[in-house]
Amino acid sequence: MSAATIVEKEEKHALASREFGFWVYLMTDAILFALLFATYVVLSKNFASGPTSKDVFDLGHTAIETALLLVSSLTFGFAFIAQRAGQQARVVQWLIVTLVLGLGFLAMEYLEFAGMIAKGAAPDVSGFLSAFFTLVGTHGLHVSFGCLGIVVMIGQIQVKGLTQPVRSRVFRLGLFWHFLDIVWIGIFSVVYLPGVM
Amino acid sequence: MLGRLTIDALPFYSWVAMGGAAVTVGGGVAVFLLITYLRAWKVLWTDWLTSVDHKKIGIMYVVLALVMLVRGFVDAIMMRAQQAISLNSEGYLPPEHFEQIFSSHGTIMIFFVAMPFLTGLINIIVPQQIGARDVAFPFLNSVSLWLTAAGAGLVLVSLVVGKFSQAGWTGYPPYSGIEYSPGVGVDYWLWALIISGIGSTLSGINFIVTIIKNRCPGMTYMRMPMFTWTTICISILIAFAFPALTVVAGQLTLDRTLGFHFFTNGDGGNMMMFANLLWIWGHPEVYILILPAFGIFSEVVATFSRKRLFGYTSLVYATACIALLSFTVWLHHFFTMGSSANVNAVFGIATMIIAVPTGVKIFDWVFTMYRGRIEFHPSMIFTIGFMVTFVIGGVTGVLLALPPADYLMHNSTFLVAHFHNMLIPGALFGYFAGLNYWFPKAFGFKLDAKWGVRSFWFWIIGFYLAFMPLYVLGFKGMSRRMEHYADPSWQPYLIVAALGAVFVLIGIACIAIQLYVSAKKWGSARDITGDPWNGRTLEWATSSPPAPYNFAVLPEVSDIDAFHEQKIRGEAYRPPQHYEDIVMPKNTWIGPVLGGLAFVLGFAFVWYIWWLVALSFVLSLVCVTIRACDDDTDFILPAAEVARIETARRAQITEADMHDMSDFVPRGAASGAPLPGTV
Repeated sequence: MSAATIVEKEEKHALASREFGFWVYLMTDAILFALLFATYVVLSKNFASGPTSKDVFDLGHTAIETALLLVSSLTFGFAFIAQRAGQQARVVQWLIVTLVLGLGFLAMEYLEFAGMIAKGAAPDVSGFLSAFFTLVGTHGLHVSFGCLGIVVMIGQIQVKGLTQPVRSRVFRLGLFWHFLDIVWIGIFSVVYLPGVM
Repeated sequence: MLGRLTIDALPFYSWVAMGGAAVTVGGGVAVFLLITYLRAWKVLWTDWLTSVDHKKIGIMYVVLALVMLVRGFVDAIMMRAQQAISLNSEGYLPPEHFEQIFSSHGTIMIFFVAMPFLTGLINIIVPQQIGARDVAFPFLNSVSLWLTAAGAGLVLVSLVVGKFSQAGWTGYPPYSGIEYSPGVGVDYWLWALIISGIGSTLSGINFIVTIIKNRCPGMTYMRMPMFTWTTICISILIAFAFPALTVVAGQLTLDRTLGFHFFTNGDGGNMMMFANLLWIWGHPEVYILILPAFGIFSEVVATFSRKRLFGYTSLVYATACIALLSFTVWLHHFFTMGSSANVNAVFGIATMIIAVPTGVKIFDWVFTMYRGRIEFHPSMIFTIGFMVTFVIGGVTGVLLALPPADYLMHNSTFLVAHFHNMLIPGALFGYFAGLNYWFPKAFGFKLDAKWGVRSFWFWIIGFYLAFMPLYVLGFKGMSRRMEHYADPSWQPYLIVAALGAVFVLIGIACIAIQLYVSAKKWGSARDITGDPWNGRTLEWATSSPPAPYNFAVLPEVSDIDAFHEQKIRGEAYRPPQHYEDIVMPKNTWIGPVLGGLAFVLGFAFVWYIWWLVALSFVLSLVCVTIRACDDDTDFILPAAEVARIETARRAQITEADMHDMSDFVPRGAASGAPLPGTV
């Protein structure tokens, strides 16, 4: 085998390993979230002397957040379809749309948190609020890292083009992004919906 | 500017603490001067610290483990000395110092001795056992190492700047909360756990992928060596269990730093949730420590009995069963929490069931030895010592699994004796066996057997002297972690236990002497063939120490004992038809730098130096981003260079170095030929 074919073979193997390894990483992250969910469920009625979930949750606000995140998953899907078709400019466009939606989600979440704290529903008030801020905040932190990842990948696509390693990275970033969407659906159904019912 | 870090952080509160700080600083300065004197900084940096070679990373892990073993043992002997003399007196340690010592002893032994020791051995051996050239993610491997080292660094620094936790290695709230432990000690403990825990999680992911994706042709799952099997089981356990540690430590950090109410006494906290979350990690962790040792014992017992491992399939299933069951028993660590009798019964029965696959393993090892030609190599002696001693610990464990009995024994020295009886023979003896067994593979020369045997005898006698009295004391009602006591009938037992610690001290000294003596006369104990013990598995097919790429040509496997079969067929040392170029990962500075940044981040968090927290966090992100954009991470080792290395190696091996395999060729009924008179 020539050196070039060996490098190509190795790269293929390495990228396949990375994609599989990323799934395993997502599993560890899923466990992390599972335990945060469990903590939240245990503490979800421990309002102490603070406000209850009915007092602080605003389903309308959450609905917009949810819409932003779900649509961003869709647009990331479009970016991935464009990548498979090899349309570099289209990939960047869709990633930018995804980034804007992600930042919009983060801004909404920031407003929600800031509003709650201003109303005296800060995380140090009760077990319920501690668990809420930690679970939702950890998800938000993940979304922030995802946004950073999108910025880096836009840069890489511009500089390097759609090389095999870049494609693989976009694919893994997509897995991460969709994973956060699924976690958010969990948050919506375990935190917000029962919280106002 | 410096948060709550002031000059008061220096340990002027006690002479003993100052002594500890002086030894730590002195040790650091001595190492620094020695490296400078040897002009070894450049070599150290380019060949070791920045290396992504799994063998070098493994060696660095084991060095870290041995250094921390000494530190953890100093804690142990200080506790034994204190309890031996503190009948109706204060002894020589004030309570707040004694509490730091038992907390750091547990933390160090679990996180910074056992974890790096087993990760190191896995790193050195597993890729070779599966016929691979490296782990799946060599860079991630380097990051794991340096995060572990950063955690260890935080524990060491706590001896000099500030104090360590006084809340025990499990750090139960509310005592570990900010209200009752306002100092920095618990924060040091938390950040050491978080940082090294993330490192371990990454290691787990790395080895899951390595074993699934990088096995050589023909290495099916049921042909993997037992050590590899235990490694994949514990890697899965790590990936499932360590996130729980991250979560629980993160939540306690939030409680302490930002006033959250996860585990506080009031305002809607729930402290029993801490016990649950901690042990959801903690019980699998016990098996993470023990299963690799079981793998080592399996390798050693087959090699030095000169027989195929008895009941390989049952050992695989037993390992997998233990891994699965390890997630179903966590509540037995707090039967006294007050769950209903039914809940306790379920967890008690689940705990007892674990004894079944473990018993299967013991029988498999005994039957492997049965009618074998046993050779009493130090690693084999450690294995036999383990089998005898571990059974005692297993029996006391089944006793503790009965909730009514546990109510009496809970938090007594009986419990302390029990888990030391599991972890010293079950884990540490295994790692020592691995050290003696695989040392020539890592360094190219054998360890001195005489000192190995001596270290074993001092360790095992020391173990029995130190912990059998604790079983008795538990029955007599002595609680664990007592700084002083008033019952004169306890003292004789505690003096015997202290004597045991002295024996262990001599055992550790024997290991140090063994390393020194062996290094001094390494030329006469060289391992030319790479196969000093007539081994059975693929790690013995490489040279000792192995070439950077391990295997010039990836092996093909058709049996469990792959290398053994190759030797019988006479194929083991046959040169290949031709060599090819090999793609190798480049060294990188990012691993050690990320470790350093993690250390700074943890330290800054402990002392509330917020600007430094932000700075080190941003710099870490920058490092990760740089790496994520780097597509030039490999280089090509040309076929000609590979051929040169391999030819030079083969030229050294003479016919006389090779093992005589004629005894192992199957004869008679075993050869597969029909028995006379049956056709």
